[in-house]
Amino acid sequence: MGKWTRRGFITAGVLTTGALVVGVGIRPGHRAPKLAGMVTSEDETLINAWVKIDTDNVITAIAPHSEMGQGAQTAITQMLADEMDADWEKIAFMEAPATEEFANYALAREYAAGNLTLPRFMEGTVDGVFMAMTKRMELQITGGSTSVRFTGQRGMRIAGAAAREMLIKAAAKDWDVPATQIRSEDAYLYHDASERKARYADFAAAAADYMPPAQPKLKSSADFKIIGKSKQRLDIPSKVDGSAVFGIDIDLPGMKYAAVKAAPVIGSKITSIDARGVSTMPGVVKIIKDDYFVAIVADGYWQASQALGQLDVRYENSPAKDLNQDAIFENFRQSMSAAVSEGKEKKDIAYGDARKALDSAAQVFEAEYSVPFLAHACMEPMNATVRIEGESAEIWTGTQNPLSIRNAVAETLGFKKDNVTLHNQFMGGGFGRRSSTDYPVMAAKIAAQCDFPIKMIWSREETTQQDWYRPASISRFKIGLDEAGQPVSWDQQYIDKLDPPEASHPIYNLSDVFVHYVESDHHIRFGPWRSVDHTQHGFYIESLVDELAHAAGQDGYTYRRALLADKPRHLAVLDATAKAANWGRTLPDGHGLGISIVESFGTICAQCVEVDMSNGEPKVTHVYSVADPGFVVNPDGFAAQIESGVIYGLTAALHGEITIEEGRVMQSNFHDYPIMRMADAPEIHVETINSGARLGGGGEPGTPPTAPALTNAIFNATGQRIRNLPVMTGLTSSV
Amino acid sequence: MATLIVNGVSHEIEADPAQPLLWALRETLKLNGTKFGCGIAQCGACTVHVEGQPVRACQTPLGAVDGLEVTTIEGLADADGQMHALQQAWIDHQVPQCGYCQSGQLMSAAALLAETPAPSDADIDRAMQGNICRCGMYGRIKSAIKQAALQMPQPSPEPAMQETGDIDAEETTNG
Ligand code: FES
Ligand code: FES
Repeated sequence: MGKWTRRGFITAGVLTTGALVVGVGIRPGHRAPKLAGMVTSEDETLINAWVKIDTDNVITAIAPHSEMGQGAQTAITQMLADEMDADWEKIAFMEAPATEEFANYALAREYAAGNLTLPRFMEGTVDGVFMAMTKRMELQITGGSTSVRFTGQRGMRIAGAAAREMLIKAAAKDWDVPATQIRSEDAYLYHDASERKARYADFAAAAADYMPPAQPKLKSSADFKIIGKSKQRLDIPSKVDGSAVFGIDIDLPGMKYAAVKAAPVIGSKITSIDARGVSTMPGVVKIIKDDYFVAIVADGYWQASQALGQLDVRYENSPAKDLNQDAIFENFRQSMSAAVSEGKEKKDIAYGDARKALDSAAQVFEAEYSVPFLAHACMEPMNATVRIEGESAEIWTGTQNPLSIRNAVAETLGFKKDNVTLHNQFMGGGFGRRSSTDYPVMAAKIAAQCDFPIKMIWSREETTQQDWYRPASISRFKIGLDEAGQPVSWDQQYIDKLDPPEASHPIYNLSDVFVHYVESDHHIRFGPWRSVDHTQHGFYIESLVDELAHAAGQDGYTYRRALLADKPRHLAVLDATAKAANWGRTLPDGHGLGISIVESFGTICAQCVEVDMSNGEPKVTHVYSVADPGFVVNPDGFAAQIESGVIYGLTAALHGEITIEEGRVMQSNFHDYPIMRMADAPEIHVETINSGARLGGGGEPGTPPTAPALTNAIFNATGQRIRNLPVMTGLTSSV
Repeated sequence: MATLIVNGVSHEIEADPAQPLLWALRETLKLNGTKFGCGIAQCGACTVHVEGQPVRACQTPLGAVDGLEVTTIEGLADADGQMHALQQAWIDHQVPQCGYCQSGQLMSAAALLAETPAPSDADIDRAMQGNICRCGMYGRIKSAIKQAALQMPQPSPEPAMQETGDIDAEETTNG
């Protein structure tokens, strides 16, 4: 076994501007228990927390990002592998465990350095300078399209380059040659003059003795061999033969199954249950009544859910019970009007003097738009498996937010954090839903009352009705126009500001802007939903601009061009989109073409939607999408993300609507919360532009432009303007 | 008690005959590739073959499949472990995103190709209509099915037309 030497974690912060701490130096048998598990055998050496080289020269990238299908694990592995001159055929990925050592340092730094404010879902954890911040924030979130642009760019590339430099240093010492004479290729080191050659693995142990260089030399994009290539995703083979393990697939010895139900009026308490006849049903092991949910634990999930269906549950009489959909929107309108008349607008962003400019405008254009609540509808229902032994707990689940879950479970159970272990699994969809801690906490509460492990599975109905919803909202615009129809004053009011802060800020060249909001006070809980506030603001702003264009007698493309004249990146994206869609062509009868452009998470994405309205109902035939994320790490993976974002956006725009009656969510399953199916899916054309700008995200930017491009296309086809989503409701209610 | 022949292996299952096949596969036989998505035959995540026909395992009572042959995603490759043409096509087209729906998609597609080796776009849409992909990978699924179809043994036109006189002649010749 040899001597166990403790090595210092350099995550403590060797860093100068532009350089990142590359991780952890560790040897087999290291006592840091959370990391020791990653070293699977004695003859492996973990150079640092981001990269592992084992004895057969396989290099494993270790990153704190979970996989929900966005391909980010592969993309950031590419970034590591390229800088390291690794052999792509012999590379693997491992997700970093949920411990503070892996807190997402790069993410924190980017927020600190990039003049971005922290998303609200991270608030309350931020404190101090980012060095201290990382640990304290315990950031380990997959969301906000952060993996590639933050962890990949700021962490992985540097880690890879540093690891390579350390290996070269070690070889140079051993071979007694200058480091500059050593070259690296496909995970081998060469000294050509003396014809010496060694595998990285041969020097892994020696290299671990060096501190990683704080500023390793990074490749220029011309030298990339792996970055920028459409490498096949590492997780895909396991997803075609049923072997991929999702949270719901965990199987523990002696495990029982739990079916659960919370109050239909979210957040209400359960007053009593009548379990007569239920406890004797086949397979039923335990009936648990919590303040906020009931659970039936049984030998099988079906037995548990059958029994749950028979359980008589009484709920408290919450005031939220009287709330209906119409009242929610009516309250929005009243509070918006009141805020203006009482001068109580909450300022979002203001420059120039919009109110004054409005007075001198030649004309005023006003419009009101609305969007409904939306559920995430992840394909895999919420679930978590928990085993509690003594004072420690283990959790198996798929989450975008591992550290928060670990902490929330520790707090719920009154356990020490170090005694709670999270085993993160593949997620059958995340889209923001799996950044909440509610479902693992619920499973932990159930497990705490059982002396065996439990797998808790939410029904589809429960998953739909106990979501954290994309907020319903209204937006009102008052736009002052000059004689030519150009905006000279921009006043936007809306309901609820969440994240990211810039979502409501117009990208257009405007001189006098006042954007303000009021906060809602209903009980429906909000959560980040793919692209968060950009979904509603993309729809509002891009619908409005289209209306202004038509009011000015111009088409949406030309009008936007003029307003973006000083923004070359935006113009390039817009132009390429129009070109891809062959903007201006004669369309088939009943067809319409609409355009939109939204910048979100650092990526500019424009889309043209072609819709066929000849049957009275929208049939989307084509979507043309062009995005500039700065640089595309994996072009095919990026394209898949955009395709996914488009379908997600179209589903929401056409059908997506969660309605509230008597305080409860009315939808329950895919029959009343429909998802776009193959026959309705359009052809999607995706292009990307590598402008070289700072890296943007991939998972979310494809969604926001879709809805407005669709409604603009419908207007183009029919002259009917859809101001209230979803389209299918808007079309019927406004006829 | 029901007898299930799953991927060629026979199992005696002690369970309520009303219990859906899905839970016997996942919990009793530990074949977790077949997924639970909706429980009401709306999403197709649980699609398996019963005697070669695609069925939704969440709505198929054990009692109804007693003694029948069931194939799951774990049995889609052949006995030597050679992947089905669809599985290779799924990798070539990088179809899965989160991957959760894909067992069901593959089983629906495999049933389609077994019946209709050279499907038209409309055939594909029809066969795949019961399968939701929340990640929206429909374009890739369709392309992958078409690629795999090229590798399917195609029936020679004449006998096929004689045996099934109602088959559209175009369909049997365009592959
Ligand atoms: S789980 Fe069977 S169709 Fe959805
Ligand atoms: S790949 Fe995620 S639902 Fe289809």
